[in-house]
Amino acid sequence: MNQNRTYQNDLESIRKLMERSSKFISLSGLAGILAGIYALLGACFVYYLVHYPVSPFEYRIYSIQKPWIIAQLISVAFLVLTLSVLTGVWLSFKKAKRNGRAFWDSTSKRILINLLIPLASGGVFILILLWNGHFGIAAPACLIFYGLALLNASPNLFEEVRYLGYSEIVLGLISAALPGYGLLFWSFGFGVLHIIYGSVMYKRYDK
Amino acid sequence: MKSPFDNLDKVLEHRARLQIISVLIANESFDFNSIKELLAITDGSLATHMKALEREKYITVIKTFIDRKPNTKYKVTERGRGAFKRHLDAMEELIKQQKK
Repeated sequence: MNQNRTYQNDLESIRKLMERSSKFISLSGLAGILAGIYALLGACFVYYLVHYPVSPFEYRIYSIQKPWIIAQLISVAFLVLTLSVLTGVWLSFKKAKRNGRAFWDSTSKRILINLLIPLASGGVFILILLWNGHFGIAAPACLIFYGLALLNASPNLFEEVRYLGYSEIVLGLISAALPGYGLLFWSFGFGVLHIIYGSVMYKRYDK
Repeated sequence: MKSPFDNLDKVLEHRARLQIISVLIANESFDFNSIKELLAITDGSLATHMKALEREKYITVIKTFIDRKPNTKYKVTERGRGAFKRHLDAMEELIKQQKK
């Protein structure tokens, strides 16, 4: 009986160890919620900049061509991205510290690399699209590449991240078929989905 | 009849070694210091276990340099993967038998 308990302990301990060594569990759900809010604020700003007073739910058949406006759109996207990344790093760092875990280890390094490959290819691809005047599918491309990046990094993260990745890819493909709703889909993918998944993760793991 | 005890791997019966292998199975590769931190054991003791696992050809060692500092990484071999699986199966078998 005693021997039996030892085996069970061993099994239990290696199961935990395998998870602990490969999963980055310090990812903060709150950061997801905040990233969603930044995205929605950015989208509101863009809406007033470009489409107002046309209703945001109206299908657009024109596309924006003025370089000045395009530059502003890119800046807003970058600002949202930068703020979200900073918030994510800061809150995850705090969570790691609170749990007495290392923030920067081989797992987080791997996640970073896995995220960066699809993200950087997507970023360059989108800049090429914009350069060639294909403005309509820039927003869907953001969603698709972001989804692929999440999927690529998901083995080392909570399983919710994988589902978020799938959702972003599906949303991006639908959005590519309906380019007139680009901003709406972008806000849903980066705003609403982040808030939903962030809240789920916050409830499950942050407390 | 063969007892499940015979299926236990003599090298992996040591808990720390089993833990090391399990970390290497869950990850593509892992470096010495990260394993040390994860298992919270001393340099000397980890080095001894690593040698034992290496001798059995359960793991391979990859020596690289990062900023001119040596960085030793470990990977599990197919042989090690098989041994881990058999050992785990034997442990499960033992637990099942003793529950009856």
